[in-house]
Parts: sequence; C-alpha cells; structure tokens
Amino acid sequence: MADAATDREIDHSQMKISDEVAIQVTSMNKWFGTFHVLRDINLTVYRGERIVICGPSGSGKSTLIRCINRLEEHQAGTIIVDGTELSSDLKNIDKIRSEVGMCFQHFNLFPHLTILENCTLAPIWVRKTPKKEAEEIAMHFLQKVKIPEQANKYPGQLSGGQQQRVAIARSLCMKPRIMLFDEPTSALDPEMIKEVLDTMIQLAEEGMTMLCVTHEMGFAQAVANRVIFMDQGQIVEQNEPREFFNNPQSDRTKLFLSQILGH
Amino acid sequence: MSEIHAHTTLYVRDTMIDQQVPPLTQKGAVKWVRENLVSSWLNIVLTVLSIAAVWYIISHLAPWFLNSIWNAGSLTECREILAAHSLVGEAGGACWGVIRDRWTQLMFGFYPPEFYWRSILALVLLFVALLPVLFPQQISSRFYILSAIYPFVMVWLLWGGSFWTPVLTMAGFGAGYLAYRIAFPVGGAIAATVAAILGTLLWWIVAMPLINDTLHRVVAESRMQETRAERVLLQETLPPQIAEIDAVRTAITAEINETVTRKNDILRPILAEQMRRSAVPLLAEVSDLFANLSDQSPAPDLVPAIISAKRLFLPFATERASESLAPLLTEIKATVAVNITPDNLADVQASIAPLKAQIVEAQTIADADPMPDASLAAAQAEFDSVMQHLTRLRESLTALGADHFRLSEQKRAADGLVRNIDTLTQNVANLPDLRATAEEARANLPESVALLEAVPSGGARSAYEAADLTALQSVLNAEQGLITADVAVRSTYNEVGRIGLQPVPSSAFGGFQLSLIIGITGIVMSLPLGILLALGRQSNLFIINKVSVGFIEIIRGVPLIVWLLTAQFLLNYFLPPGTTFDLVLRVIIMVTLFASAYIAEVVRGGLAALPSGQYEAADALGLDYWRSMRLIVLPQALKISIPGIVNTFIGLFKDTTLVLFIGLYDPLGLAGTIRASTDWNGIYWELFIFIGVLFFIFCFSMGRYSKYLENKLQRENR
Repeated sequence: MADAATDREIDHSQMKISDEVAIQVTSMNKWFGTFHVLRDINLTVYRGERIVICGPSGSGKSTLIRCINRLEEHQAGTIIVDGTELSSDLKNIDKIRSEVGMCFQHFNLFPHLTILENCTLAPIWVRKTPKKEAEEIAMHFLQKVKIPEQANKYPGQLSGGQQQRVAIARSLCMKPRIMLFDEPTSALDPEMIKEVLDTMIQLAEEGMTMLCVTHEMGFAQAVANRVIFMDQGQIVEQNEPREFFNNPQSDRTKLFLSQILGH
Repeated sequence: MSEIHAHTTLYVRDTMIDQQVPPLTQKGAVKWVRENLVSSWLNIVLTVLSIAAVWYIISHLAPWFLNSIWNAGSLTECREILAAHSLVGEAGGACWGVIRDRWTQLMFGFYPPEFYWRSILALVLLFVALLPVLFPQQISSRFYILSAIYPFVMVWLLWGGSFWTPVLTMAGFGAGYLAYRIAFPVGGAIAATVAAILGTLLWWIVAMPLINDTLHRVVAESRMQETRAERVLLQETLPPQIAEIDAVRTAITAEINETVTRKNDILRPILAEQMRRSAVPLLAEVSDLFANLSDQSPAPDLVPAIISAKRLFLPFATERASESLAPLLTEIKATVAVNITPDNLADVQASIAPLKAQIVEAQTIADADPMPDASLAAAQAEFDSVMQHLTRLRESLTALGADHFRLSEQKRAADGLVRNIDTLTQNVANLPDLRATAEEARANLPESVALLEAVPSGGARSAYEAADLTALQSVLNAEQGLITADVAVRSTYNEVGRIGLQPVPSSAFGGFQLSLIIGITGIVMSLPLGILLALGRQSNLFIINKVSVGFIEIIRGVPLIVWLLTAQFLLNYFLPPGTTFDLVLRVIIMVTLFASAYIAEVVRGGLAALPSGQYEAADALGLDYWRSMRLIVLPQALKISIPGIVNTFIGLFKDTTLVLFIGLYDPLGLAGTIRASTDWNGIYWELFIFIGVLFFIFCFSMGRYSKYLENKLQRENR
C-alpha cells in the first residue's frame, strides 16, 4: 500500500519552498460545543510546502484544515491565509475560499451537473470567466488528471478514483494557490488510490502548496517536506518525513507509526 | 498463505463462457403472466377475484354509460326518452342532456359569451407560455420572455381594460430595476433591494394610476364627440334589433310548445305499446297464480308467491300506464298487496274472483291490437328526431336569450354613457365647487357628530342635537354628491378613453375557468414563495428563521376555508378605508399563501435530504449563499421534492372548489345552481361526473408531467 505512490521517479526540480508565508495559524482554538477539539494550534506554512497531516481519528486533523477555508469556524487565535485574516467578514471568506482549493474524502461532486459543468461552475460564477474560456481551462485540467474523455458524463457514471480526480481538477480550475486534501483516498478501492496519488504527486511536482490529511505514508515519504502528527487536538510532532518515520521522538508517534506500518 | 494455495489450486479456467439466451419460460409474456398473475395459489385467487370485481363494476356501469341521452332539455324529458326505449327498469341511462344544456356555464360561469374567445385564447397562450418552462431542453431559452409576459397578458385578456395597463404594470419592474441600479453604488445590495421594492410599489401605487388616468383622459377628450355619436346611433339602432330578436324568440317559443305537444303525441302510443308488450307475459303469469289461489285449498307456500305478484307489477307502476290497462292493473296490485294470512285468505279469494274475469279481459285487450315491431321502431325514430329538433330549438332560444341580454346591456351602457358625456362638462366644472363645499361643510361640522359616518336612527338619535344631525346630513349629502360626480367623470373618461378590451367584472367569473385561474396563479406564485420560506426556515438568521417558521405553522395550522372566509370578510378591516380589493384576487392570495406553506415544508424535506458535502463543496469553491443555493442546492433539493411539490399543486388545484363557500361560482357552485333549476332538479351523477372528469384531466396531466420530469432527471444524473 505504502509503495503505491513511489513506483516512479519524483521530479524535484520545481518543488521549491519560498520564504513567503502562505498560511499562518497562531494559537488557534476550537470547540464543538464544550468539546475542545483543537488546542493551541500554531502552524506556519510557506509557499511551496507539501505538508502531510496524520494522526488517529478524532485527533482534529480534518477540523484543522477545514478551519483554514472556514468550513469550520475557529473560536480563538488567528488564521491568516495569503495575507488575509479569516474573520466573520463574508467578503474575506469568499476571497480566501476562491484562492484555496479543497478535495474531500467523498469527492462531493455535484451530481446534477456534468463533469465539465462541475469544473466550469465556479470559474464562471465566481471568477466571471467567459463560458468558453472556462471550458478551455476545465478541459486543460481534465487532460491533466487524464480523464478528458469523461467531460460530458455525470459524476454518477464515473468510478471513485475518476471522481476524485475530477474533484481535484474542479479545484484547480479556480487556479488556487493552496490546495487542501481531506483524506482524498480513504473512500477508494486500493486499485484506485494510485491514480489519485499520481495526480497529487504531479501537483506537488509543479510546486503547489499542499496540506494533505492522509494515511498514505508512501505518499508522505515521497512528496512531503514536512509531516505533522496530531493527537487529541494538538500538534504532537512535526518533522521532515525521513526523520519522522525513522526517528520519531514522542511515544505517541511511535505507537501510531507502529500500528499503521506494522500490518 | 501463498504456500497453502500452491498445493490446493487444482482448477484454472482457461476459457470464459459467452452470454446465452434465457430459457423460453423465463422471458416475454409467459414469464410476465407467470410472475405477475399466477405465481402462487394466493396470487391466483387474488387475480381471479380482482378480475371478477372489475367485471362486476364495469358490467353495472357500462349500460348506464351506453344508454347516454344527449337530446333532452330537462330531467323529465330524459326519463321519457329512456321510457320510450324501454330502458327504465334495469340500468337506466346517463342523462348528459344537462351537460349539453349547461356546459358553457360550467366552463365559463357567467362570463359574457361574446368574450369566450378571450378566455380560450388565454388558456391557449397559457400552454404556449408553459412550454419553455416545462420542456427547457427542447425549447430555446429565448422563449422564456413569453412565459414572463404571459401573466400580464392573461390578466388583460380576462379582465379587459386598456392595452397600456399591462404594459404600465410591467414597467413597474423596470422602475424597480432602475431604483436598484441607482441605489446600488450608494448603499450596497441590501439598500438597493429595498429601493427596488419601494420603487416598484411607488410606481404601481402612485405613478401608474396617474399615468393611466391621464392617458384615458387624453384619449377620451380626443374622441368624446365621436363616441357620443356612436352611442347615440346605438341608442337608435339597438331597440329595433332587440325587438327583432324578441320576435324570433316568441316564434321559437311557439314552435317549441308545438313540438312538445307533437312529442307527447308520439310518445303516448309508444309507451302504451311497451306496456302492452311487457304486460302480456305478466298477465298470463298472474292469471295462473290467481287460478291456483281460488281453486285449491290454501297452500302456505303459495302465500309468498302471491305477495311477490305485487312485485311483478312494479315496473308497470313506474311507467305511464295506458288508459285501458292501468286501472285494472292498479286494482290487482292493490288486492295482492294485502298481506295474505290464513285468516284473510278467504277474503282475498273472494275479492279476486271478479278480477279473474277482468284479467281475461285484459289479456284480450293486450292481445287485440299489437303494434308491429316496424311501426314501433319507426315511432321511436320519429320521437328521437323530434327530441333532437326540440333540443336544437332550445339551444337557439338560449343563444337568442344571450343576444338579447347582450344588446340590452349595450343599450343600457350607451344610455348611461351618453348621459354622462352630456353632463361631463357640467360635472367637471362642478367638481372643485362640490369639493370645496363638502370640505367646508365637513370642517364646520359640530364636534359631537364630526366622527360619525352615518346619521344615527332610532333611540341613538336622542344623544345628539337635532341641529347637529341636520348639519351632518347635509355634509353627507354634499360628500355623496361629490363622489357621484367624481365617479361619473372618471367612468366616462375610462369608458371613452379605453383602447383595448371591454372590462369584465370579477363577479362574472366562474366555472372551470375560475378554478383554472385560481389554481394556476396559485401554483405559479406559491412555488417561489414556498422555496423562499423553506430557505428562511433553514436560515441561521434568527429573525428570518422565526418569521418563516411562524408563517408556515400558522398558515398550515388553520383550515383553508377559514383563510378564504378571512379573505372574504376580514381582509377589508386590515386595509386602508375605501380600498376595494377584488375578491378573486384576495382568494388567489390566500390560496397562494396556503399552498406556499406546504411547498415550503416539502422543499425543506428536499434540502434536508441533501448531503452536507454538497453545501461544503459549494462553499469551498467560493460560491456565495444565493449562488450556491441557486446552482447547487436547489436544483438537487427540488428534484428530490418533485413528487411532493406536484402533490401539493394537485391538492391546491382541487381545493379551489372551496371558493364555493365564499360565494364564488366554481363548477361545484354552479352544479348547485343548475340542480336548483326546475329543469334539472334531481340530477346529480352526470353533473358531478363531468366536473370530476374535468378536474381529473388536469390533475392527472400534472401527475404525468411530474413522472416525466422525475424520469428525465433520474436519467440525467445517473
């Protein structure tokens, strides 16, 4: 399983990490009711970084990246995305959301629209791109995720892996500067995981800033420049992948790694 | 694991099997019958029982439908026709004569017949306007413009008035848009929306009546004398026309009376012959029965047979007895009707003894003068043709009556208009004086009576000074005079200055037309309102949420009939005094609000059924609330809600019959009117079947369209 992503050479030429801060999370806290789900999160993401967030279920990793595009509201601390601070100002939120792409575990394609319409919808209505141009962009990205021939089908007619690749293409059509992945391969058959990971690797090779919640450790080792381990709503450990896997510092990390790699 | 496999793998498939056809009994009609009709013993029994039940129902209803009578002007005539064809006893027949006689009324209510074309055109245009909405894929979206202007065209066609009224009404939206564009740079989206609504309302309430009146006055003044001349001409030409029609009506009435007599003359021998024919076998039977009764000692098992002889004569009793047989048969019936017991048997026998002779006599009469089959058939054919002729005569009489009414109305209107035109200058000149007088008098009114709207009568008078009451009376008179003059001027301008269709008052609306107007307007307006309410109910904004919930629950929790009665009686209390507000419009508003509450709940179900991932994906792409609702959420939620929405629509459409309780004449209300007339007193099946079929056609079509839409969307999204 872990080897799925590493059967080809990764091209590192464009994976450059700049000094520019893409995301700045400072002492962020979040509660669901009285449950303290995120505790004092501090995280700085530089442009070009590829970060994998892992951790046991319920550790708050999905909630963390959902806070970054305000699908969840944080209650304390600050989140600054691309220099814009997330607040309750709707204009700021929409601006950030159109700059930050997101892929979901269950794809969340719009079943009543064709693949092409799924991809052109946001550019046309949010970016005000002319329809024709939007379709060209969409076809470009569908080409990139290798399913241009499915453009006129409906999502229900596609396999899970194809749907997830469409979801990635849909996000890319907005030309985002940051991509968030929320367990993009967890709902897929093993045969399909690879095609999605290949797409993500390709994205990483082009220098996209990525935050991935995933358990694909092969992907983390091959592509990530930083792995963050979360537990009980806190960042327990973060390190570059080789160190993280070979030389974990905290006991909790060791236990976690032994459980997911040992089977 | 792999080691175990290495030793147990004994079989590897090297060729794959091709597809093959299923066995004969597993496909086609045989399979269908086997699986659906006779799959088990229980199923077989149910199949047989169902077929028997269907057959039972059809066999009882079919003769009634097959014996349909169309050429009858009253229920009595219907029965005569059935009797002439000896169809009374068994299933009887459907008397559709009532539909032929009154179908225009059932369709259009009291809408003037000369304007039926407007109503029909409105209906045809409705379908044209609906096409782009119902079949968006087949028809270019450019035709949506037809759908958008249709409501205004419909109102204009049905209610009449000058052609610029719908145009001015539409311009209200233009005014709203202009206000939006002006306010947007200044105050942002919310202020602009408020400005748009205010702009539209301002246009409709202030600007439009002003422009409307001015246009009417300008046009009226330009052709006042022409119009007067036309109407004067009408005043001269109409009376002779009316007299002519009256003469024709008198002639036709005479012909009808004559034809009725002729019809009765033909009918009498036919009925007598039919009675004779049915009497022959019966008389023989009765005679046998009596023979037994008088010759033998009383056998107890004979008693019920004698009693049942009474039943043998029952068909006779319901037909018109001919002179010769009727008294005799009545007597026999009376005698046999006595309950026979061993005690009174002797009496019965005694009284029957003379009857025996009479029965023999009756048999002689019955056998004596038989009408040959050919003559009977000829007589029946003649009777039918006379009935047909009679029905046609009645129809032309009805048409003439309508003409007479129309011309009389025109004459009356012409009289009124000429009078108004003649007094117009005077009235216009008087208006300022009248107004000043009325205002002055009102201002000088003693304080004690200043707030009164009428002069009190009876005991209440004593509370006021007599002089004060006199002053009040004069004020009221002055105001009355002012209003009369004002109305005369206004109506003159409106009438002379109108370029367009003659107005039809709402009170003339009725029949299925009224159901359609209320139903369709309600349907079209309740859907957007219901969607907004559903979104409001889902909203996180406290006030909007609670207002929506309150509205839905209150509207839904009170019966529609209560809302309709509210519309009829109470709504005026909440409106500024002096506003007249069309009853049909009030009903439409109430029906719309009522249906929208239901639609809101149905749509809410659809919204709730949508996975939250759809909302999140829309948000994550940066779509704002309205766009994500319009593009992502509603298309899917509405698709889920289609069956419920159409269900609500069908319910709404049928609920329009409730307007009969507030004095509007929908088809059911008219059925009551028709049944109250002397001609059709006692008829019900035919009327209600007809009305039911009318409603069924529309409701069923809606249901089928919903099915089509569901299938189409299902296909698309698979």
